[in-house]
Parts: sequence; structure tokens; C-alpha cells
Amino acid sequence: MSTRLANGGRLIDRTKPVSFMFNGKKMGGYAGDTLASALLANDQMLVGRSFKYHRPRGIVASGAEEPNGLVNLGKGGRFEPNQRVTTQELYEGLEAASQNHFPSLEFDVGAVNAKLAKFMPAGFYYKMFIHPRPLWKHVYEPFIRKAAGLGKAPKDRDADVYEHFYHFVDVLVVGGGITGLSAALAAGRAGARVLLVEQTAHWGGRGVVDGAQIDGLDAGAWVKGALQDLEKMENVEFVSRCMAAGVYDHGYALAYERLTDHLVDKSGARHRLWRIRAAQIVTATGAIERPLSFAGNDVPGVMLASAVRDYVVDYGASVGDRTVVVTNNDDAYRTAIAMKSAGLDVPAIIDARPAAGPLADEAKALGIRVLFGAAVAQVQGGKRVTGVATCSQAGEGAMLEEIPCECVAMSGGWSPVVHLWSHCGGKLLWDDAQSHFRPDPDRPPLGADGQGFVTTAGAAQGHLSTRDCIETGHEAGAAAAIAVGLSGNSGKPAGGDAPEEAPMEPVWMMPQGAPYKLRSKMWLDYQNDVKVSDVQLAAQEGYESVEHTKRYTTLGMATDQGKLSNINGLAVLSNALGQEIPATGTTTFRPPYTPISLGSIGGEASRDLFQPLRKTPIHDWSDANGAEWEPVGQWRRVYAYKRGDETTQDAVNREVKNTREALGLLDASTLGKLIVQGPDAGKFLDMMYTNMMSTLPVGKCRYGLMCNEQGFLMDDGVVARIAEDRWLCHTTTGGADHIHAHMEEWLQTEWWDWKVYVANVTEQYAQVAVVGPNARKVLEKLGGMDVSKDALPFMQWRDGTLGGFDCRAYRISFSGELSYEIAVPASQGAAFWEALIEAGGEFGVMPYGTEALHILRAEKGFIMIGDETDGTVIPQDLGLNWALSKKKDDYLGKRGQERSNMVDPDRWKLVGLESTDGSVIPDGAYAVADGENANGQRNTQGRITSTYFSANLDRGIAMGLVKDGPNRMGEVIDFPKVDGKVVQAKIVSPVFYDPDGEKQNV
Amino acid sequence: MLILTCPYCGVKADETELSAGGEAHLKRFGPGSSEDEFEGYLFVRENPKGVHFERWRHSYGCGKWFHAARCTMTLEVFGTYPAQTFEPPQDIKDAISAKRPNWRWRDFS
Amino acid sequence: MSELAKVTRLALRGMITFRGDVSSARVKKAIKAATGAAVPKVRSISGNRDGGVAWMSPDELLLMVPYGDVQNIIADLSKALVNDHVLIADVSDARAVFRVEGVEAAQVLARVCPVDLHKDSFDIGEIRRTRMAQVAAAFWRDETGFEVICFRSVADYVEALLQRAAQATPVGALGGR
Repeated sequence: MSTRLANGGRLIDRTKPVSFMFNGKKMGGYAGDTLASALLANDQMLVGRSFKYHRPRGIVASGAEEPNGLVNLGKGGRFEPNQRVTTQELYEGLEAASQNHFPSLEFDVGAVNAKLAKFMPAGFYYKMFIHPRPLWKHVYEPFIRKAAGLGKAPKDRDADVYEHFYHFVDVLVVGGGITGLSAALAAGRAGARVLLVEQTAHWGGRGVVDGAQIDGLDAGAWVKGALQDLEKMENVEFVSRCMAAGVYDHGYALAYERLTDHLVDKSGARHRLWRIRAAQIVTATGAIERPLSFAGNDVPGVMLASAVRDYVVDYGASVGDRTVVVTNNDDAYRTAIAMKSAGLDVPAIIDARPAAGPLADEAKALGIRVLFGAAVAQVQGGKRVTGVATCSQAGEGAMLEEIPCECVAMSGGWSPVVHLWSHCGGKLLWDDAQSHFRPDPDRPPLGADGQGFVTTAGAAQGHLSTRDCIETGHEAGAAAAIAVGLSGNSGKPAGGDAPEEAPMEPVWMMPQGAPYKLRSKMWLDYQNDVKVSDVQLAAQEGYESVEHTKRYTTLGMATDQGKLSNINGLAVLSNALGQEIPATGTTTFRPPYTPISLGSIGGEASRDLFQPLRKTPIHDWSDANGAEWEPVGQWRRVYAYKRGDETTQDAVNREVKNTREALGLLDASTLGKLIVQGPDAGKFLDMMYTNMMSTLPVGKCRYGLMCNEQGFLMDDGVVARIAEDRWLCHTTTGGADHIHAHMEEWLQTEWWDWKVYVANVTEQYAQVAVVGPNARKVLEKLGGMDVSKDALPFMQWRDGTLGGFDCRAYRISFSGELSYEIAVPASQGAAFWEALIEAGGEFGVMPYGTEALHILRAEKGFIMIGDETDGTVIPQDLGLNWALSKKKDDYLGKRGQERSNMVDPDRWKLVGLESTDGSVIPDGAYAVADGENANGQRNTQGRITSTYFSANLDRGIAMGLVKDGPNRMGEVIDFPKVDGKVVQAKIVSPVFYDPDGEKQNV
Repeated sequence: MLILTCPYCGVKADETELSAGGEAHLKRFGPGSSEDEFEGYLFVRENPKGVHFERWRHSYGCGKWFHAARCTMTLEVFGTYPAQTFEPPQDIKDAISAKRPNWRWRDFS
Repeated sequence: MSELAKVTRLALRGMITFRGDVSSARVKKAIKAATGAAVPKVRSISGNRDGGVAWMSPDELLLMVPYGDVQNIIADLSKALVNDHVLIADVSDARAVFRVEGVEAAQVLARVCPVDLHKDSFDIGEIRRTRMAQVAAAFWRDETGFEVICFRSVADYVEALLQRAAQATPVGALGGR
């Protein structure tokens, strides 16, 4: 059984016991444990079930590469699935539960899939669920949905907050092992601004576990000194529990710092996403040990050799009393020696090679039996290892001997972690001697200057000795500092040891001649259940591309993204295709290196900060007075002001009627206001608008249309001429920023010799539309300026005061009523609005919202950008030819409107539509025509663009675009509804109310 | 994510502070132009693999439009320059020639 | 968790957008007369709270003056530059002003702006217009912190944003702590 040893464990504090829950069972560990080491200490060998066959799964690794130990972690707002037990630090009260099983981890009915394994080969899903098609929706999809995913989805809102941190450095060093520390020291001493990040909670990496000697010190002591040196450098920042997730263009990198995941106290930001710009990046990301492919290599208790010694050395946790080591290299001998040193038994080292280096002598001297040229024929045991059967590596698996044991420590060699190097285009080369891909220093990722900006060092570059790691780390750090133009002295690298080791030998299958029976039990991908036989089958079926094979077999597609399975799978595929591994190539490495939380990506943008919410100066008043809000871009505008318990529709109907009959107030502050000024401003506006603005007299207003170069309508609004060389252009609410940008674009990039300046003063003013028969009365009551018909005629403006407020009054109307729009400084907006409400009491004042605004304008047949227009509509479609100047040679869109399709008489044009039954026609409904199109669909002849219930007319009214509509007045056309019924509508004039415009011009 | 230096304010701007504006050095064709000219102005673009000239706006910063010469394949930036020009300035062309001899883009080389 | 800096929303400040040829001697003289501060260099701010000039773009300045003086200053400026092609507009009510005060103030902004705020990279007297989370903003550094301006309509958002960013643990990465 796995257990806690009486001694050892350099990372745990035995004086600080910690209790936690696993599958509802209370367990104990120590401060410093990971969840993985604590589970092992509690003999919890079985931690989950595999995805496809529901095979029992135990912990394989000790770090980020772990494929099996994934749990549901936490509860409520802090519940999260698929959390890795090897990277989750233990804290008091932690709660975890295993995944992908029913009803329990120990007894899982899904495990029947394993019995059916031979019927679920590579590409099973593609083969099984393709026929017959009628079963897709109601049989296959529910089945796949049920099977999909490992953990449970969280049900509650995330209780945590997250943050970003923008950081700019000369050198980013990724990895806090001895290589990364050397690099940071070198770059830091040279004077570079350095950020060093380490994904675990501890510095020093493998060197400390494996007893490296540096400058005559134990690695641990050297690391401590190095950190002290870095601490003294003001230009160096080093952060643990911070995983560099991705490297992107132009030196952009993301690092994911876990701030509270290891703490009982969860207050404050949970994760910090560092958004880094680095001139140079050094990836000292180390290497990951590869599993070996032998039958039964997925039985709980079979682990990476390095992990087995990590658990003993770092956490004092053993997987079992007897560990059999299986290897193709010398490094795994360190595990055997570490086990012996901890007082545990190593019945045998099974080495596939014919001979080994000096470490073998050391092992033998400790009394360990070493079997050369040997292999594992079969691991014995189901939910945990009970022994191994050995055979000759050269043979086909004939069993030689059975060796009882609880743990199998395997090592197939080391693969550099090349992810960050590769994310942004760094290329790899195949290292035959070590049988791995490593970064090709001649083909690095290129930065903005066309030069490489990532270098790599240490084990990440294939260097496995302490000496080489320190030296290459130092070199990379010093070179990075030079690359950013620093000439400081990087000092000398520390001296590391480099014990002699015999070369490894590639072993992609054990034994090399294993028959199908064994191959179908050799796991490549533990989480997704991909075996050697599956990859071979894919090759047989014609899958030659590694990217295709990956997707077909799902190799490397699990949450560990193939950190353990990648190279082994490539090798099996290459062998099956009869080609060299470099010819097969690798799959693409994409960020993030390990999964990061969605919360960290969002950063501060959650809850009230999810999106900026723009508020007018009258927002708070409206909020306190029954506003029902609607989003208009990032603005919140009032849809309707509800009174008492009336429905929204009741409120809208009341507002519409009251505005026509008495007095309405609309908060129009969101409308864009752009000042255009200069000697060439008139000429410029004549290009911007379809109609003539240069001839507008000072003091007057004109409604204008704006089109893009294609001729399509993009905005509209009232333009006022303020002075000889100064105009004020109103835009739509959504147009304020983009029309400002549009004007600047033309001024800066086309007519840069024209003397025109533009300023966006939208936010400077609160603007209130005072609308209705009593509009003049309320303004006269406020007093201060003459707003009579003669002093302020329709489509003119005047500056003055009203009720003591400095203001500009525009006599414009978007409702067909007597109407003024009054602009006051924004800080006065709320007070001015309240003054109007108070003064308007005797005139029946009521505020109205955007829905009433829409209905009022639709009753008058006024178009709305975004309703009547959709980016394909030209002014001519909307009967706005009167607003297209014929005197001008040019304006934006004029040429576009001359295109053949724009002058086609069959274009759909604006009309009013009256349902014959008085009902409201559904928005967006299409009018059908006779016959079918080439695709067998019913022909159409028009569509609804605006549709409302008009309380004033007591019926549904609509506007729409209908083929040749203006020439078909009185005709009735059909609008089928979603429910299958049809509304019939009569084509009428779009002006439903006061067609002669008598009400506004009084 | 790109960094481009705004030639007006000198800020090495993060891409999130900028807005992309498509291809640079387009010639406007208005009323009186032929169908082919107008089509070319509105729709026909270079879309090269390699040296390219683009328009960008420092929209969260000084608000100015500028041009960038860069390689669409490697994202190498050869230089940025103000938009008030009909063709890339000589120093930009030289910078490109130094890195990509024999480059051609429309009529520029 | 601690409070990195104190975030305060300040009262409205007199602000005038000025667009024109800022290299012209007449413009320089008029600006100096109006605000008491000189036309600043690129990306710089001159003067102080009661009379300051911020560089906004090659042809745009933001004049900062006492709120009550805005109309008079606009009138004086307009008169002085009556023959020049300029645009002068009152934007006092269009903006909100914040103060982020304290030794860790840069750390607050570094959480929401893609700007290098290291003391060696961003000096006192420099102004930066940039993106603050999801909105446009500008800020400048002084002896004890930063002043931040944004559009009025998003003032509540920016205030909440800065307050939230201020409630964090320092990372010690920006120098000068």
C-alpha cells in the first residue's frame, strides 16, 4: 500500500497536520503536501477513471504533466472540475471528489466499456455514430453528451475575483529551476529588468530533488543563495506559483499566478494574469519524463520514475514497499537509489539496454538486482499493481519471471518542454542521441525586429546535467541582456556537477516484438484511452499526418494535451508508417501550457465591471423614477418609465398618447455632438453628408444623411450652423464615436490639406427633448429666452437661458410634434430636467422612453438608422431622394449609388404597412411572393423594418421595404408568421399620423 | 499581439490600443470613375504573403492614423510613418530593401 | 490583500479642448496667457491643476483651468486667435477626474492599462492617453501619485475599476517602491 514514511519529505512540515476530504472521507496530510502526495500518503492509489473505458486510474506524475489525477475541487461558488491533484497544494479543509464514474470510484458500471474495448478501436466515435443519420439527434447525441466530459460543470456563480497585471520587462525567464535561476542571475547582474516565473511553489526544480552539487554546495543551499542574490537586485522580480501559459507575437507573454488556490483564506484576487511584454524570453522550462509502453502500464502504481522519487524525497510518501524500476536510461537508477536510501526495497531494475553507466554500479553496490536487455511483459494487478512479469526486450513477450511489487517506476527518457518555444513559431529539431525533439536555436520565434526573441536553456534545450543546465542558463540570461542593449557584467556561471551517464536507447515498445494482445494493453494516452494498437490501426487505415491521427485517435487531446503521450505516440506512428520520427513531425503546440481559469482571462471584467455602463446626467433621476432600462451600445437608455403597477406596454401607450396630447420629455443626451470647424468645414461637410451643408445659414438647422463610399446609409442627424466657420453635427447614439472617427479618418488620410478640425463634445451636454402641444408653454414658464414661433422658428437654434440654465435650444422634431431640444452643460442636466418636470406639472408633463420615441417617429414615417437601414440600404430605397444634393459633384457614397444594382428599379423600397386585422406584424417578417427560387425556397418581395402598436391610432403600424413598393399603394401582401399563420398587410404611405405636418410647425 | 510605434506620439502601442484600418495607399475614385476603377478602389486588395502596407489608428491614444510596413508572414515591422503621404517614404523603403531585397508591392519597390 | 493606493473622485475641473497649430508662436503665446503654462512637449503636461496644459495629439491640447474661469478664458483665447484656424471647445463637463494617491499608485494603473509604468519608463510630467480596461482614459504622474481623466458617462465604471484594482497585493515589479 502507499503510505507516509516515518522520515523524509523536504517540502512537508510534519508539525503542521492538515485535514482534507476526498470523496467524503476525511484524510490527513501535512502543510507542504500536494493533494497528490497527501492522497498517496493515505493509500488512495485509485484517483479516477479514464474517459473512454473507465479504467481505474492512479497518479502517474508529480507535476503539471499529470494525466490521471483530475478531481472536482471545492464547493458552491468555488467548485471547479478537472483540477490536477499534483499541482493543487493541500490546505486545511480542502474538499475533492474523483470524476467520471458511477456509482462510485471503486465500482464503476462504465468500466464495462473496457470489456468492450475491442469493439471501441481508434476512430470509434466516427465509425459508430455516422449511420444511420436519423439516430443522430435523439439517440447518438444524448449518448455522446452523457459520455462527454470528465468533471461536473459548476452550478454556482464564481465566488472569486481575478485581476490582470500589465508588465514590461527586458527579460522574462520562465522556469525557476537551477537553469532559470542562473539565467535570471546573469540577466539581472547585467542590469536587465527581469521577471522570473516558476509554476510550482518551490524553487530549484529537479536539481534539488536529485542531489545536484553546485559550487560545492547541495543544490538546495545554492538555490537559497541564488534567491537571496536575486532579492537584492531591484531590477529583478521573481514569482512562484506563476505558470507562463503562452508566448505570442512581438514578445507578448501570459503568465498565470495562482494567489489563493493554496490558502484557506480565499479573500482577494484568486488568480492574476500577467500580461507581459518582454524584449527577450528565456525558456528554462525543463523536461518531462516519458512513460514506457508495456502491457498494463496504466495500472495504478505504475508511475514515472522521477515522480516516484519526488514523492519519497519531497513528501516522504511511498507508493509501496517494493518498487521495480523499468528504464532505457541511467537517470531512473536515481529512483532505485532514492528508494533504497529511504529504506524501501527495489527488487529489480529492468533495463532494456545491454549495459548502463556508473549509476548502475552504485545501484548494484546497494544490492539491487539489475536485469539488462530486459523488459516488462505484463504488469499484474487491476486497481493496483501486484507485480510485474519480465521478458526479453528483444523478444515477443515470453514471460521469464514474475516479480511481486506495489510500484513500477518507469522511464523512457526525457522530452524537453518546448511548448513556449513553439507557441510563436520556434522550430524543433530531432535529437537522435536522446530521442527527443528540442528547440532548434537557428530557427527561433521572430519578434517585431525580425530577430529571434526566445532562447532556451537547460533541460528545455536537452541538457540534462547540472553543469550544462547552469552554464546554458547563464549564457541565455547574459545573451538576453546583451540583446536588449545592456553591457553590464553578467558574472560567471556557478559550477555544477556532471556525473557520467551512459547513453539512453530509444524504446518505443516493450518488448519490441509485442503481439497485438500486449499492444492493445499498452497505453499511450491515459486520460483518453489511446493505446499503441490504436495508433497502429490508424496508420493502417491510412492516417499519415500526425495532426489527423491525433484527431482520429484522440491521442494527446485530453486536458493534459499529450504532455506524456506525444513523443511516444509519434514514435509508434512513425514505426507503423515505416519512416523516421522527424519525417512524421509533431502536432502543434498551442497556448496555454496547462489550462488556466476563464476567470483569469476575464480579469477584472466581471460583475459590475463586466462592461462599462455609460450613464447620462439624467440616469440617476430615471433610475429612481420607474425606468425600465435597455442597453443601447454601452449606454443604458430608458425604454419606458413605469408608474405604479402598470405593464411596460401600458407605460409605452401612456407615454405615446401623452406626448401627442400634452407634454413629453425625452433624455436625448446620448445623441452624438461633433463640432466641425475651419475655413474648409463647409466643403468638408458637403462631402460627409449627401445634402448641402455649406449653404446652411448661421442659426439654422438641417437634417442630413451620411453614407459610406458604397453608398449605404450609415448615420443621420441634425446639423446646426453655429458660426461662419463652425458647425455642430448631431449623430445617432451609436454614431457619436464612430462618426467622429470617420470624419477624422477622411481628414487625416484623404483631405489632410483641408483646414478643418473636429471635436467630439457629446459628453459635455445633457440634451432634453421637450415635446408636445405644451412644449412652448413649459419653456415660457421657465423663461429667460424667447421661444416663440417667430423668435425660434422650426429648424433653427438659439443660445440663451431657460429657468436660469445656460442653454442652446434647437427647434427640431423627431415626433412630428411641436418640439425643442435643449442642451445644457452636463453637470446641470439633472437639475434642468427636474426643473422641467416641476414646471411641466400643470401642462401634463411625463417623461418618455425610447420605445415611445420609436413609435412617435414611426407614426410619422421617420426612418431610424439600424431599423430601416442594415448596411445594404441606400437613401433612394427610403424615399430620401430629397436629401441627396443634385448640385454637388461629389459626396461620400455618390459614386457607389450610381452602381447598376443601386439603380435597379426592382430594389425594395420603403412603404407603410397596415395589417388588415389591425394586429402588430412580427418584426423582421418577410412578405412572400409567388414561386420558388433556385434553392426551392419561397420567393420574397419585402420585409418589415419597424413595427409597433400605435396607441394614438389604436392599431398596429409598420414600415417595411417592399419590391417596387411606392408604386403599389393599396395592394395587400402576405407576411407568414412563425406559427404558420399569415398576416395580410396593405401597402400604404409610411406617414400614418398628421401627414401634412401641421402639428410640428406651430 | 502586435506592438506598433505611433509615429506621432512615439508610444510603442499595444495592439489593444490601436484599430486596424486595412490596406494603405488606396486611391479614391469618386463620381465619373469607371466601374473597374471604382471596383479596384472599394474591393481589390493586395493580400500579400510578405511585405505589406497597412493603415492603423492610434485610437486609444493620440487618435492619429498612421501607416505600418510589415511582413504578414513573420510579423516583422519595417517601420511606421504618418498617413499624410501617397507612398512610403524612402527610409521605409530602404528599411524593407535591407531585409527583403527585391520586394515589390503594387508599384512600389 | 491590502489597499495599494487611495482612489478619489475629484470635483469638475475647467477643461478646454484646443485644436490648432501648436507650434505657432501666436498660439504658444495665447496658451501661455490663458493658462499660465507653456505648450508642453510631446506626451507631456505643463503647469499645474489651476493652470495646466496637456499634450493630447500633435494638434490638440487639453487646457486645465479653474472651472469658473472657462468661459472667460475661451473668450480671451478666441479673441487672441481670431485670425488663426483653431477649434476651442469647453469640455469641462465631459470628463471626470480621479486621483490615485500613494506609493503603490502605479500598481493600480498597471492592473488596467497596457502601459509600462516602471519609474524609469514613465516619469513625472508625462501624460499617457491609453486604454483603461474597456474605456479610453489618460493619466499623468506627479510626486505623490497619478491623476486620471476619463469621459463623464463612464465615470462610475472607472471609479469602481480603480477602487477594485486598488484592493490588491503589491507585486513589487515597477521599481521605486
